[in-house]
Amino acid sequence: MNLEFTPEENAFRDEVRDFIANNYPQNIGTRGVQDEMSPEDMAAWHKILGQKGWSVPAWPTEYGGTGWTPTQRYIWSEENARMNTVMPLPFGVSMVGPVIYTFGSDEQKAEYLPGIRSGNVWWCQGYSEPGAGSDLASLKTTAVRDGDDYILNGQKTWTTLAQHADWGFFLCRTDPDAPKPQMGISFILVDMKSPGIEVRPIKLIDGGHEVNEVWLTDVRVPAANLIGEENKGWTYAKFLLAHERSGIAGVARSKRGVEQLKEIAAAEMLDGKPLIEDMGFATKISQLEIDLSALEITELRTLAGEQAGKGPGPESSLLKVKGTEIQQRLTELTLEAVGYYGTPDFRSFPDDGSNDFPIGPDYAHHAAPTYFNMRKTSIYGGSNEIQRNIITKMILGL
Amino acid sequence: MDFDFTDEQNMVRDGISRLIREQYDWDTRRSVIESDAGWRPELWAQLAELGMLAAPFSEEDGGFGGATEAMIIMEEFGKGLAVEPFIPTVVCAGGALKHGGSAAQREEYIGGIISGEMIFAFAFAEPRGRYDLANLETTAKADGSDYVLNGHKAVVIGAPWSTHFVVTARTSGGRTDKEGISVFVVAKDADGVSLRDYGTVDGRRASEVYFENVKLSSDALIGEADNGLPLIEKIVDEATAATCAEAVGVMKVTNEMTLDYSRQRKQFGAPIGSFQVLQHRMADMLMEYEQSVSMCYLATIKLDEDDATRKKNVSSAKVRIGQSARFIGQSAIQTHGGMGMTDELAVGSYFKRLSIFESEFGSVDHHMRRHIALTAG
Repeated sequence: MNLEFTPEENAFRDEVRDFIANNYPQNIGTRGVQDEMSPEDMAAWHKILGQKGWSVPAWPTEYGGTGWTPTQRYIWSEENARMNTVMPLPFGVSMVGPVIYTFGSDEQKAEYLPGIRSGNVWWCQGYSEPGAGSDLASLKTTAVRDGDDYILNGQKTWTTLAQHADWGFFLCRTDPDAPKPQMGISFILVDMKSPGIEVRPIKLIDGGHEVNEVWLTDVRVPAANLIGEENKGWTYAKFLLAHERSGIAGVARSKRGVEQLKEIAAAEMLDGKPLIEDMGFATKISQLEIDLSALEITELRTLAGEQAGKGPGPESSLLKVKGTEIQQRLTELTLEAVGYYGTPDFRSFPDDGSNDFPIGPDYAHHAAPTYFNMRKTSIYGGSNEIQRNIITKMILGL
Repeated sequence: MDFDFTDEQNMVRDGISRLIREQYDWDTRRSVIESDAGWRPELWAQLAELGMLAAPFSEEDGGFGGATEAMIIMEEFGKGLAVEPFIPTVVCAGGALKHGGSAAQREEYIGGIISGEMIFAFAFAEPRGRYDLANLETTAKADGSDYVLNGHKAVVIGAPWSTHFVVTARTSGGRTDKEGISVFVVAKDADGVSLRDYGTVDGRRASEVYFENVKLSSDALIGEADNGLPLIEKIVDEATAATCAEAVGVMKVTNEMTLDYSRQRKQFGAPIGSFQVLQHRMADMLMEYEQSVSMCYLATIKLDEDDATRKKNVSSAKVRIGQSARFIGQSAIQTHGGMGMTDELAVGSYFKRLSIFESEFGSVDHHMRRHIALTAG
């Protein structure tokens, strides 16, 4: 039992650290308040990694993966977190990509995988519907076969960054009479420029435009865009969700967040002393740090299991629940730490071109919107209640 | 990086696990803790024979391992709620001797521990000192090259069974000074040592130990005079990690019992384990357990690093596992309903052990404060 990295792993860390330092683009926007970033900025690092051959490390090497061990992938994500890079969005790389190389035809692999690797094609996820959230299998969007096409009708929602998407992967009902709702669903790739698609923004409580409604009215999609078999889409959808959950713990990002929180708490004053010296607040920070180290070791244990050939199983539910609780707690404490300067809405600051306007310390500007925004983490990717259902069924066996 | 155990470590686990399973079933434990002796000396002899009492010592001292072996043994002890004094004897006294003892002391006392002939208790806590290891009213006054020991040590676990004590005492300075503390070996049958023995709420035995003008030769001093605190902190951290491992074992069985009960017990025409509100509580119990396993590994792995790293990680573990112990213990009783309140079911004893674990070697609040002192700013 030991926590040391091997000399080879340390050499790998040096290599990726140098690569990030030398190649990460300067002057790209801030992560966290996404609608402030241009789509070009969001995709910039992805494209650089695509050229380097590092954009899809977890994929099998025959499809462009790097062949890194789970530990190397962990080091890679740690180093990116340390530098606060804007990583490739998950919709192509971690979601539809693995579905395509696992269940897609050779033609589909040739057609879609290169664009995901390079970052030139932007994907979005058409899963949730107004009436199908945690109960995803109750979705109503239909795909009706018409000659060589499907005709899609319905409404998707919470579609992240669909306003920039070139393609989407959609779950549609192809057999309304199937004995179980899970059995009549198909997984279909849709060109977002198809006639009949309308993307409408949803403004969230943080004031940002991150997610959308996607309305589909008689959208004609070639039947060749069906992944795998008709009515087997639920199998592919579940496979995708398990992929989505691995890496969701976000340990390295949260570690960086704790350091930032400590810097803020050292700068803020209470009774003439730094806030971090207040026993009440210091206790909250220590609790967070302790919970985070427990999560880190749990993730490393899972990683060691993967290294030994055990796939990510239901333990990823634990990582999701604890990881998101910590991410949320970080933003709560940051908002607490900034005091009154959590109140001004940075979106209302006049844009008069001068640099001297900002109110309060810089670190306070995004504290409230980020806290508001991060409430999503215990809801998305299978809510934390759904994760507990999964633990109940898969681990406890109830 | 790996979380694997060596073949030898797996053999230690298998050996202890079999011993506890075969000789420490629930009914046996109950009759043992209710007996006059309150423990099983014959089990201790078997542990010695199997070499288990040598497990955490180096080869030089006649052993074959270290902290990981102690962790494994205590986890298995926890599963069966074994009361035998492995932590006071092997981890605490053994630790004091292996880190601070002279060659002669190590040969005599570690030899005695490994053979099973010497049973130690660790007399460090005092009635007014709470968790502060340096807050000592017990004094050892120099008398030529000898010492004279006076004082009262509180809740000394395993003292009724012991042949010897490791005692912390003030040799100079004021009551809470970090300097001026020394560590001694004291034979229980020395003149001036008296005990008031009692049972503990979690099925063990302990004593209030009084020293009245106990004469100690300079051979009794372990380590440096007046500079004993770093040694005491180190062995208490090792004991904290070991008791965390014990709690992990206790929690594992507590969770299993709760899950089992939820499958059997029916209400409203269905097993209560089919109710989502209890399912989610048990999912939380599982997550608390897994986080505790992680923290137990972390604390154990970091024991041999520098003082600050060791302290930070041991305190992290004691906070996290202390909180998990409370949640799992209370949830287990709640899920068992009225049956959880009866003395008949084992779950009550597991709950009680977890409840007392919380304060052993420092409470959650104590370790939180130590963590803050080491990390804030």
